[in-house]
Order: sequence, then C-alpha cells, then structure tokens
Amino acid sequence: MRRGHFRLPLVTLRFLPVWRRNFLVWKKLAIPSVLGNLADPMLYLFGLGYGLGSLLHKVGGGSYIVFLAGGMICYSTLNSATFETLYSGFSRMHVQRTWDAILNAPMALDDIVLGELVWSAAKSLLSGFAILLVIWVFHLDRSWPMSVLVIPAVMLIGLCFSAMGLVVTALSPSYDFFMYYFTLAVTPMVLLSGVFYPVAQLPPLFQHLAALLPLTHAVFLVRPLLMGQWPAQAVLHAGVLASYAVVSYYVAVVLFRRRLLQ
Amino acid sequence: MRVLSAQGLRKSYGGTPVVSGVNLEIEAGECFGLLGPNGAGKTTTLRCLLGLTEPDGGEVSILGFPIPGSARRARARIGVVPQMDNLDPDFTVRENLVVYARYFGLDQGAVDARLPGLLEFAGLAHRADAKIQTLSGGMKRRLTLARALVNDPDLLFLDEPTTGLDPQARHVMWEGLRRLLNQGKTIFLTTHFMDEAERLCDRLSILDQGRIIAAGTPAALIERHIEPLVVEIYGEQARTWGEANGHLCERMETAGETVFCYTHGDEAVLERLRGAQGMRYLNRPANLEDVFLRLTGRELRD
Repeated sequence: MRRGHFRLPLVTLRFLPVWRRNFLVWKKLAIPSVLGNLADPMLYLFGLGYGLGSLLHKVGGGSYIVFLAGGMICYSTLNSATFETLYSGFSRMHVQRTWDAILNAPMALDDIVLGELVWSAAKSLLSGFAILLVIWVFHLDRSWPMSVLVIPAVMLIGLCFSAMGLVVTALSPSYDFFMYYFTLAVTPMVLLSGVFYPVAQLPPLFQHLAALLPLTHAVFLVRPLLMGQWPAQAVLHAGVLASYAVVSYYVAVVLFRRRLLQ
Repeated sequence: MRVLSAQGLRKSYGGTPVVSGVNLEIEAGECFGLLGPNGAGKTTTLRCLLGLTEPDGGEVSILGFPIPGSARRARARIGVVPQMDNLDPDFTVRENLVVYARYFGLDQGAVDARLPGLLEFAGLAHRADAKIQTLSGGMKRRLTLARALVNDPDLLFLDEPTTGLDPQARHVMWEGLRRLLNQGKTIFLTTHFMDEAERLCDRLSILDQGRIIAAGTPAALIERHIEPLVVEIYGEQARTWGEANGHLCERMETAGETVFCYTHGDEAVLERLRGAQGMRYLNRPANLEDVFLRLTGRELRD
C-alpha cells in the first residue's frame, strides 16, 4: 500500500457520468426492479405483520404491523444498498471491467467510487420510499407530516449501508466472498437491531452490542417518525449513521486504490 | 513535435522489478510499436504511461503534461483500446459511445455531432441499436476503437488490438488504423504479432524483462540484428540434415522438427536441399519475427 492511497477522497461533480451510466441501465429494467424492491419487504410486512401480529398484544405501544413498518423501511434500504454495492458493483468493477474503461477516460477512481456510492444510496432511497408509500396507502403510520421526515433519514441510511457494502466489494476476490458478509454481518445485525422486535427484549449483553450497530440507530430514527414522535437522541442516531458512512467511504476508497491502482 | 517521452521508467512489485529503466520517445503522427513476449512489462509500462500506476522512478510526459501529476488532463486527449474488451454489455452500440463520451465531459450536442462519423468509422452505422452481445469479435473491436475516438484524441494507445480476430477482421482493423494515421493521429501500439508491427509501425522498441533491448525502424532492426535470408527446413530429417550441412549457414537454429538457416546468400543451401531426397523447405527474406526470436529467445514465457 502506497502512502498516496491514504489521501482523502476527491469529492467533485465528476461522479455524475458514472451515476448516469448506472441510472441508464436501471431505466431499462425499472419495472421489475421496483417490483423486486417492493415484493420482498411487503411479504415480510404483511405476512409477519398480520400473521404474527394477530398473536401479539401491543408492541411498542401500537399494533405489531405499525411497529414492524418502521423496521421494514430500514431493512429494505439496507438490503437494496447491500445488493447494489456488492453484486452489481462487483460486476461492474471486476466482471465487466466497466471501471477499467472509465479509468481510461479523464476520470479518477475517486469519481467512480463516489458515483457508485451516490447511485446505490439513490437506489436504496427508492426502496425505502416504496415501503413508505405502502405504509401511507395502508395508513400504517400515525402522523403524515412527521413521516415525511423518514425520507431524509432513509437517504442517510442508504449512504451508510452503501459505503459499508463498498468496503466489502473492495476486499472481495469473488461473488462467494459476499456470503461471509451476509452471514456474519447483515443477518445478525438485522436480528439484533430491533427490526422485528424491540431491542429492549434482548439480554443486556446483546443490547449493548446492538447499540454499536448502525441498523439499530436507523430503526431508532425511523420508527418514532412513523409513530408521529420526534426520535429521542435523533442527533446521536444520525451521527452514528453518518460516522459509519464517512469512515466506510474513506476505507472503501483506500481499498479500491490499493486494488486497482497498483 | 514530441508527443510522448518516458525516461528511466521503473516499477517493481513486491521487490520484483517489472519495468527496469525504460526510455521511450514518440513523435507526432508516427505509429510506434512496443513489442515483447508475455510478461515483458508491456502492460505495466502502459499503465504507468496512462497514470494508472505510479512508477517507482522515472519521468513521463505526454502531450506536454507530466504523468502521473496531470494524467487526467493528458487522458482527455488520449484514446485507449484495451487488450480485453470492456464494452458495456447492458447498452447498445450507440449507448456505449454516448455514455463513454460523458466521461470526457462532452455535452449532448458534441456527442450527437460525432456519433454518425464514429458509427461509420466502425462500420456499424446499420447496427447502431444492436446489443453488444449480438456483435462479432471484429465488430466489438471496431466499436472499442470508435469508443476510443469519442474525444477526437491526438494520441491513441492500442493494447494488442487484433488479438483473437480472424484475418478479415484484422485487415479491416489495420485499414482503420491507417486511416487514423493519415488523419495525423499518433499511435502507440503493443502487439506480439510481428506482421502487424512490420505493417503498421514506423518505429519499434522491443521490451524484454522490463528493458528495451532493441529499437528502430522495422527494416533497420532486421538489418542490424539478423542475416537477410532464411531457409526453413521441415520434417523428421531436418535435424540430421542440419547437423551435416550446418556449415553452409552463417547461423543455424533448431526448434523441434524445424531448422532455421540464416545467411547472406542462400544459393549453396538451396542447391544442397534440391539434391537431397524428400526435403521440405522454404526460403524467404528475414522478417521481424526472426529478429524478435533472436533477441528474446525461443523459450515459452508464460
């Protein structure tokens, strides 16, 4: 690793052509892509929400499906950001060699990584927003104006998990490597972060562990907004998500430089 | 005018030197060829020149821009045809050109103006809306070349541009490159097809184990490094024949069942061969491949 690899990422608008390239590809498959974004979390939301919810008394002060709705927005955003940066990002970088082609133009690797980050965040915003629409349509929220604030929260959550996904992609020798990230990071995080049940139900040790995970803070931010409450410690939760985003982004840029600019 | 200059370029990976003091100079409008066996350091040299890899030492300047310091500005005036096709499989022929032009900051108007010319150059005007997967290998290469021209570059880098193409497609590709040279473009080519280098290049450098071991025009290289005539003798008896008659050649090389006899005058050898029973042979002028094999040896390099 060279010392030059550690310099701060260049942030310029040159990332836009990379973003537009991905957008043009997405546009061709927009309908199945949006349906895919919706189907999985909706199955969980209504399946668990009504099925499991009918067995439960109040959860978090309301019906289970309302409780679950906030978790599902975060889960859906996480999923979309992770799949985009891992599988699609890896295809572009390693399999199709799209990044190599771009690097022969007057573009820097930093432009590409930023383009991928912002693209993936935008795509996951759409996923989170799609669930929000469903929530609005089925009146699963408790306050319309407050729930609009979920949108900027989802943006931050998308940036956070996209940046984390890029770190994994930068390290990955092949698609198989992603399984480690899902099994060792994503799935345990989803189960610990209060997506399906309140974190307070966990043994104290796991509660402490959960407090370190970005998804926990995402859920703490989104769920109250749907319930019509201003989240307690909103600045802390947003700060944790932003810190994960910034640190992961920096680490990803350094790792990509080491991988591709040798 | 000097388009490219590299002095003392060095690069090693994990303590193993890959490029060890390469000097290159390319003038405007010429076709320059960098030849070398696999692993000679061609790709690493190219990456250093494009500013994609920081060299350990040496000075590079392209079109007046210091590399890697101003590599992005230099690349704005460079076109690159990479060794492996990296066209965008999700796009049509036209979209590939349009999307690539955006990386150069070209606006839609400039792209629209250039598109018909580029499609015509690639011979793909009738396939503008075809998917990449439906194109033949030759079409893909021509599209990659057209893509490298979206910014109307002054200097083109081509990394083994005809590897994997059939003879027809190679000739079409060479025709395209000659048209570009006639337009005044400068071309930097790497290849290990000696006929390609001989046909296209004004000047060549041969790279081996990270060093330039010979440089000059194709004709000068042949004259300097090798006897002008070659007789190739084939078949089971070739080796025995060679052992008995080697003194007729100035220099003799044996590779498997073929004997290469290098000489200034091939009359004596040919006469002896005509007299022998059932010998298969071919006499021809020496070419760049003979020079290449003489300088880099006949052993496999991968």
